[in-house]
Amino acid sequence: MVTLSRLRLGATALTLTALVLGTAACGGTTRDNAGSDSGGNQAGGTANPQAPIKEGLKIAFLPKQVNNPYFTTADNGGKEAVTEVKGEFKEVGPSEASASSQVSYINTLSQQGMDVIVTSANDPNAICGALNQAKAAGAKIVTFDSDTKPECRQIFVNQVTAQGIAENQVKLISEQIGGEGEIAILSATANATNQNAWIELMKEELKKPEYSKIKLVTVAYGNDDDQKSFQEMQGLLQAYPNLKGVISPTTVGVAAAARYLSGSQYKGKVKLTGLGTPNQMREYVKDGTVDAFALWNPADLGYLAAYAGAALASGQITGAEGDKFTAGKLGEFTVGKDGVVVLGPPTVFDKSNIDKFNF
Amino acid sequence: MSRTDAGVTERPTGAPPAGAGRPGRGLTERLLAVRELSLLLALGALVLVTTLHNDRFLSSQSVKDLLLGCAILVILAVGQTLVIVTRNVDLSVGSILGLVAFATGELFLAAPGTPWPVALVTGVALGAVCGAVNGGLIAVARVPALVITLGTLYAFRGVDYYWAAGQQINAADMPRSFLRLGNQTLLGVPVLFLVALVVVAVAGFYLRSFRSGRELYAIGSEPTAARLSGIPVGRRVFAVFVASGALAGLAGVLYAARFGTLDAAAGTGLELQVVAAAVVGGVAIFGGSGSVYGAALGAVLLTMIGSSLAVLRIDPFWQQAVVGALILAAIGLDRLLALRMAARLRGRSAHGA
Repeated sequence: MVTLSRLRLGATALTLTALVLGTAACGGTTRDNAGSDSGGNQAGGTANPQAPIKEGLKIAFLPKQVNNPYFTTADNGGKEAVTEVKGEFKEVGPSEASASSQVSYINTLSQQGMDVIVTSANDPNAICGALNQAKAAGAKIVTFDSDTKPECRQIFVNQVTAQGIAENQVKLISEQIGGEGEIAILSATANATNQNAWIELMKEELKKPEYSKIKLVTVAYGNDDDQKSFQEMQGLLQAYPNLKGVISPTTVGVAAAARYLSGSQYKGKVKLTGLGTPNQMREYVKDGTVDAFALWNPADLGYLAAYAGAALASGQITGAEGDKFTAGKLGEFTVGKDGVVVLGPPTVFDKSNIDKFNF
Repeated sequence: MSRTDAGVTERPTGAPPAGAGRPGRGLTERLLAVRELSLLLALGALVLVTTLHNDRFLSSQSVKDLLLGCAILVILAVGQTLVIVTRNVDLSVGSILGLVAFATGELFLAAPGTPWPVALVTGVALGAVCGAVNGGLIAVARVPALVITLGTLYAFRGVDYYWAAGQQINAADMPRSFLRLGNQTLLGVPVLFLVALVVVAVAGFYLRSFRSGRELYAIGSEPTAARLSGIPVGRRVFAVFVASGALAGLAGVLYAARFGTLDAAAGTGLELQVVAAAVVGGVAIFGGSGSVYGAALGAVLLTMIGSSLAVLRIDPFWQQAVVGALILAAIGLDRLLALRMAARLRGRSAHGA
């Protein structure tokens, strides 16, 4: 989860090294589907697709941490959905995203008789015991953004698949450079698992006939460090005079690259896209440095998680593979293997819509 | 003594011993002994190799990028030099920079109309306060600065994390005039680099020409002797840490202007680069010698190594190792020159006596 690490590792105060942050705190967000191998999804009872959504469901959101703009946006999306299904919305959470800080909140929610607990796990194992107790007490458990072990929850709402990111990024850069020319990738660290998985899939994607005129010349690594990303971006532009575009699928890299381009002679001539948050990219979209970039919409993520929880609590679905449910304005979703529901392709942000988002 | 004799035979015959070292010595050799010049040579070689590989390396855009890229490290290296010269070290500069950078962003969030000079002064003041904490703790606890600043490295970063609480400050939150400071040029030279030049010039002049500046070297050479000779060691060391903190604060404000995206992790790990720049620049880690010019050149050299490696497309897995090897080479060269210089000085004084 290199891409959002900077967003959320903030509160992991006094953690000894950035390295620890880079690996530990980043475990969840862009979790690849490959990760969940054990198929222990105990689909108790049978699903009744015709069951109506119950009214008055008590649905609680427990993010990794409160006061984090990403989760605030996600929880507001959840609130919207809960209001739509005429439920009771509640948001609680720790101010610090440490492994065990969520346990006491889960216990409290369980005692309060919540019907659904929607949570983003700070640690895949630490909250399992508490979640299982809550489940025994009758609550349905939905995780979003960062999963627990599959046996500790019914549904995991995954923001995006690695394939979805690769397709989206290649499509964006292709549109911006007019379908032909040299491109490069500015990644995070050379051994970031999720980044490398995406890059491999992007390479596969580039083999498609419609991208045959695009040539990926190199992959540079900015180590999710502003200064290093700056230097790597400069190096790319000097080493490849014909470079037409750069993909930077990491929030730190794309912001640094945009900042560099905006103050250089390459502004507007070399295209840049990647995964970034609207707030950090707003300036560069408005000054014409960046045409469009992408990220999943956290509000939709929370919205979908709330609907999944309501569908579980109403008996429409049990979390078994193949269950279908409708999530309001987002349409119909199907539960995949291990109880995973995928939100869908990332949202693209450009001049026309960027001011509608605040995260 | 054979060594003395060797020294004597090298000298032109008939020259008076006292002035012997001056006119006759091979010019290149004496130039090499000046640390700054050997650094300039290394810089030149690096530019040459990289430019031969890719002539865009000397384009105006690229030179501008290089100057911009080294400005912050140069400022930090100057502050670090003041500290190291007194036989101390300040490991907290990266954290101070991060804290001040975030504070600058917060200031603009809280009061969007703040003119940037106010932000600059506030940042420097906050940095100085952090430096005063370092200096005060060292004075009170009488513990080596290495230990104290290792502690404050985490403490300041912790405050930063607590304050930021996962929040990120973005370019859109800061005024355009402030951000422009980060990549504006004056006569083709980035403003940030000009600020760094002023800092180097002022600190260099102070260290060379002021009594208190010379006393810093005395403290670093032999603290006990310095104390006995009436130099207020405690006060000078405290002042040096305040200065280092203030410069880190200045660097923090400039960091905010340059990168535009701020969170609690800004400047993590920078302290080691700063110490490396000073050491590569010929500042003796055990105090008592070195100049801010050398440290500044060391910072330029380190930045340029980073940029060249990116241009030369060195495998990322090798980059850090290459940087390390170059640092060792620079220090090795320095040591070699220092030994030859020492041998010469010994020879001269023996002859004179």
